[in-house]
Order: sequence, then structure tokens, then C-alpha cells
Amino acid sequence: MKWELALRFFSLQDANVRYVLFGSMLLAGATGVIGCFAFLRKRSLVGDAIAHAALPGVCLAYLLFESKEPYVLLAGAILAGWGGTLLIDFIRENTRLKEDAAIAIVLSVFFGAGIALLTVIQHSGRASQAGLDKFLFGQAASLMSKDVWVLGVLALLLWAAVWLAFKEFKVYAFDPEFARGIGLPVRGIEIALTTLIVAGIAIGLQMVGIVLMAALLITPAAAARQWTDHLPRMVILAGVLGALSGAAGAFTSALAPRMPTGPWMVVTVTFFFVASLLFAPRRGVAARVWRQAVSRATIAAENVVTTLYRLDEREGAPRSSWPPEAILRYRPMTPAKLEGLLRRLFRQGLVAFDGRGWALSEEGESRARRIVRRHRLWELYLTEQLQLPAHRVHQDAEEIEHWLSQAQEEELVALLDQPLLDPHAREIPRIQPG
Amino acid sequence: MILRRMVMMGDAISHAVLPGIVLAYLLSGSRDSLLLPVGAAGAGILTAWLSELIHRGGRMETGAAMGVVFTFLFAVGIILISAYAGHVDLDTDCVLYGEIAFVSLDTMVMGGRELGPRAVWMLGGALVFNLAFIGLFFKQLKLCAFDPDLAVTLGIHPNRYHYLLMSATSLTTVAAFESVGAILVVAFLVVPPATAYLLTDRLGVLLILSAGIGCLSALGGYELASAADCSIAGGMAVAAGVLFLLAMLFSPSHGTLTRWFHRRRGGRSDRLAELEGMASGRMS
Repeated sequence: MKWELALRFFSLQDANVRYVLFGSMLLAGATGVIGCFAFLRKRSLVGDAIAHAALPGVCLAYLLFESKEPYVLLAGAILAGWGGTLLIDFIRENTRLKEDAAIAIVLSVFFGAGIALLTVIQHSGRASQAGLDKFLFGQAASLMSKDVWVLGVLALLLWAAVWLAFKEFKVYAFDPEFARGIGLPVRGIEIALTTLIVAGIAIGLQMVGIVLMAALLITPAAAARQWTDHLPRMVILAGVLGALSGAAGAFTSALAPRMPTGPWMVVTVTFFFVASLLFAPRRGVAARVWRQAVSRATIAAENVVTTLYRLDEREGAPRSSWPPEAILRYRPMTPAKLEGLLRRLFRQGLVAFDGRGWALSEEGESRARRIVRRHRLWELYLTEQLQLPAHRVHQDAEEIEHWLSQAQEEELVALLDQPLLDPHAREIPRIQPG
Repeated sequence: MILRRMVMMGDAISHAVLPGIVLAYLLSGSRDSLLLPVGAAGAGILTAWLSELIHRGGRMETGAAMGVVFTFLFAVGIILISAYAGHVDLDTDCVLYGEIAFVSLDTMVMGGRELGPRAVWMLGGALVFNLAFIGLFFKQLKLCAFDPDLAVTLGIHPNRYHYLLMSATSLTTVAAFESVGAILVVAFLVVPPATAYLLTDRLGVLLILSAGIGCLSALGGYELASAADCSIAGGMAVAAGVLFLLAMLFSPSHGTLTRWFHRRRGGRSDRLAELEGMASGRMS
């Protein structure tokens, strides 16, 4: 039976389904977009406070105008949200309390007032108040087409506003001082942004509810942040992820009309976030683990190459062949691992096997020379410039030899005045240019 | 928590304990089980730990990390409740769901008579526990709040106390559910201490004062609620807010209006004193 419902949903035959679906996607997308700016300004939790603060506004609006028209309630929510923001700023600037305390105070007191008003309304026996508590958890299904129209239009306006003022928002979000310096009306931008955030929250409340509203602001932005440093891309991605979560909410409401949609939207968007955290190409956990593994493998291979060079050096016979045991005496590891590394080096053309042992190829030798050169330059640097004793510098050089760049190498050579020998009186390999 | 600027963690925890409690309730089948506080504490610690993890791994501010974590956990809690509502005694479900989310609907009846004794026991227990916790570890907590680096050099582990504090918060939250509900726990976690913070500079006085203000808010709130026929918890939050507002404006040492007033009255002599202070190298 559920499958039938699902199919009906996806076929978009039902007009109500269409409304709720597109409305949700527009809304959640809009909050995702505008949330990016709150996120970047490090004011994510202010959104949570605004969402809680909206409740008394909604209740008061209802009480004053005796109406549940969407624009009436929205106006109440927006005004209360704005009031909350102003109060937070006031507390932060005029008392010794910090921003987090200010946020929490406004959040809890306003919300408490809202609950109080809500109960007043409930106890007054007015039957029509039942719809007000859907603000607490969000009920996409209960949105009538009229509601969706209003909310949808507002969401579109939000998108448009962000699009139009994008450049200004961008500069302000990253560096308000700079924005002020180049003559942007910082106060105006701040007010505009806050209005958009408050409006976004006000319209999103009915979908996702007060407690979870913050998620729709923060989590899409947090997820998008993992993929890019480029603001336009981040904003678009956040919008898309938000929209998808909105769709999930609409889907839930179609399948189970009495189930609150908010939690499902939050779970969806958090899932996107976790996936982003793990799999984003540069910043993702999986990517970082991969990079670390790759560099460990490279270092291990380079160590084998330098070992062969050192063995050659000791015997005075360049590019002679050595059995694996000789290498293992220098570099303890499992024979299997060594074999794997040697095979890899063979594929890269850096070593050759002559039946009895492994030898450096010409290219392998020049690679080894480069690394050993850097190792010994570094050792000399540590002993001469930092006055470290000669027996203490090897380990450090072991690690850094893989990371020194050409430029750094040249700098060291200049600093140490074209040295020939390292602290252990071994020759510093010279590199032929070209 | 105000001193450590971690107030929002309290808010996050009070929301995030929901799934912990629901799970514990579902597993134990009863609302009186000891598993509930354990579930809550577990959820609280999980929140703190995950927030830290995301803050570092996802490279975002702590607030955003907390936001992601607690909203997710709270959503899971709601889903669990909605999904298993059918398996649960409707009355109990209404109480669990209603109290945690709404509080308002039946508080007038429940908070007063029927659940009275039990709530009192639970909160009394929480009070004793908190008093003991603070009493035993006062010096350590004080040090960790003001100077965590020094604490480390003295062999005190700020991290441990951090998590202890988070656990205490979670447990208090659970105890408070019965009468006040999760969302309004924050009001009492934050507003009375903030009010006290505007009235004194000494930690000991701060603690006593916040407790006192808390009681005052509770009493005042109850009166307000009775008069206006509204939710008790809501009334208490409003009362706490009013007290805060009064302190913010009129506090003898830190009030906004008092300072403004002094500046107007002190006039030149005041500004002169400021200049002198700056000239001698001190910031006033």
C-alpha cells in the first residue's frame, strides 16, 4: 500500500502533492542558501534563537488580529525574530555577557513567553488555534495550497534577493572591515542579510518546526562547505541539498500525513552532511586518509631507494646489486612489504633485478642522490646553524628529506656556502644540472 | 557554563537527550527506570563529543557543529516517538511527548498534584547531586573555567571536568523534564546565572545568587501562570526573563541604565578619571 502512495507521489499527478513538493523544495532551498551567510559569519546559532523567538510573535499576531492568515502569522514571526536579533546584539554589546549567553537568554525567554501565550490561546477555547502548534514541529502536509503560494513566493523573493545582492553579501560575509573600507553600506547589508535570515526562518518554520529550523539553515551550508571554498558554488550546493531535504519532507508527508515532516528533512540533510564530511574530495575524511596512505607509500619507496644508494656508497661501488636482506638490515620491515616496494620501484623504472639482487637504475640513482643530498644538507644546517650535536640530527633529516623542495634546497646551499661534506664527513651528492 | 562560554552546549544537550531518553524508555519499558538518566547522560556526552569532532574535522565553529548534532539527535528522537507511538500506552506517550515538547498543555494539573511527589524527589535528588558535585570539585571547576592551561600544569584535567559537567547537565535535564520540559530547562540553566553574573563578580556569590534568582523566577512564574491561566513553565521563563531585564538595566555594578546615568551625572569628573586612568597605562 505504501508503494502505491510512493508511486503516486513520484508521478506528480496529485496537484496537492505538486504544491507541497515544489513549495518544500523552494523553501528548504531558500533557507539553505541564506543559511550559508549565517554560517560564514559564524552566527549559526542565532538562527536557532530567531526560530524560537518567532513563537511569541506568531501567537501575538494571532491574538491581535484574530486571524490565521499566513501573512499575518508570518509578519508576527518576522517582527519577533527581528526583535530577538536586536536584543541579542544589545545584550552582547552592552553587558559583560558574551554572544552565546545572549543567544540562549533570548531563545529561552522568548520561547517561554511563546509557550505561555500558546497555552493562553488554547485555554481560551478558541477552536481555530489548533493550527498554531504545528509551528513547533512542522507539518508540511497541513500546508494548504494558499499557504504554499505565499511561502513559495517569499522563497522566490529570497532567492532573487540573494542573487541580486550576491557580490555585496560575499564581501560582507568574508571581510566586513574590507567592505566598509571600499565604501559598501555595511549597516545596510547587515540589515538586509538579517531580514533575509529572519524571513527565511519565518517561512521555514511551518515545514520543519521551531526546534529543528536551525538544521535547515546550518546543515546544508556545513555540508556544502566541505566541497568547495568558492562561495557561489557553496551557495548553490547548499540550496540544492536543502531542496532535496525539502523533497524528502514532502515525500514523508505524502506517505504519512500525520507524521511530522521536520525530523525527516533534518535526517536527510544530516545524511548529506555526513556523506560530505567523509567523501568530499579535498577536505573529506576519506580523501585525507587516502592522501596520507599515498604519502606513506611514497616515503617508504624513497627510503628503499636511498638505502640502496647508501649501500653502494659504503662499498664504493655505484649501482651494485644487493639482496633484500641487505636492505632489510638497514630498513627493518616485513620481507613481503619490501618485495611490494621493490616491485613498485621496478615498475617506476628506478631499480633493476639481476638475478641475485636489486640495483638502482640510472634514474633511481639520480633520485637517490637528490634525496640524500637534501638529507645531508639538512643535517649540516642543524649542526651549523642550530648548534645541534651531530648524533642528534639524523632522525630529523630522515623525515624532512622527503619534503624539502628544490627552492628550499637551493636556499640551504646558499646559506651553508656551497658545502661539500655533511656533519658525519660524508660527501654531499652533487646534482648535475639538467 | 556562562563562564566557559559554553552555554549553548546546555541548550544543545537539553534537546539532544530526547533520543537517549526515548531509547532508554523503549528498552526498559518504563518511565521510572534508572535507564532513563543513563540514556540521557549518554546522549549528552555523545552530543558534546560529536560536536567537538565535527568542529575539528569539518572545520566549522563550535556553534554550527553543535547545531548540526543536536538537531539531528532531536529529529531522531521525534521519529522514534512517532514511530513507536502505537506500541506505547497512549497516556504515557502523551506525557512523554507532551511534556518534553509542549509542557504547557497539562502542566497545571500534572505539575501540581499527581506527579508532585515524584518530581520533587527527582529534582531534589538532582539538586543534592549537583550540590555535591560542585561542593566537592569547586576549586577544580573554578580553575578549569577560568584558566584551563594552568589547570593542566597542575595536573587537573579540564577535559575530564568538561565531560563531568556535561553529564551533570544531562542528568539535571532529565530530572527537570518532569516538571519543566526540555526546552525550558535551558531557560533555567542560563537566565538566572546570567542575571546573577550581572550583579556580582565573585564566583561563590554568583552560585548562591543564581540559585536564589532561580527560586524567585519559579515562584513569580507560578503566580503569573495562575493569574494568566497559562503554562507554568512558560510563566517561569518569562519571570526569569523579567528579572534578567531588571538586572541588565539596573544592576549597581553592570547595569546599562545605571552606567548611562552615572556617565550623565559624573560628567566631566568621570571622563577625567577615565583619561587619567588611561594615561597611567591602565585601561578603565
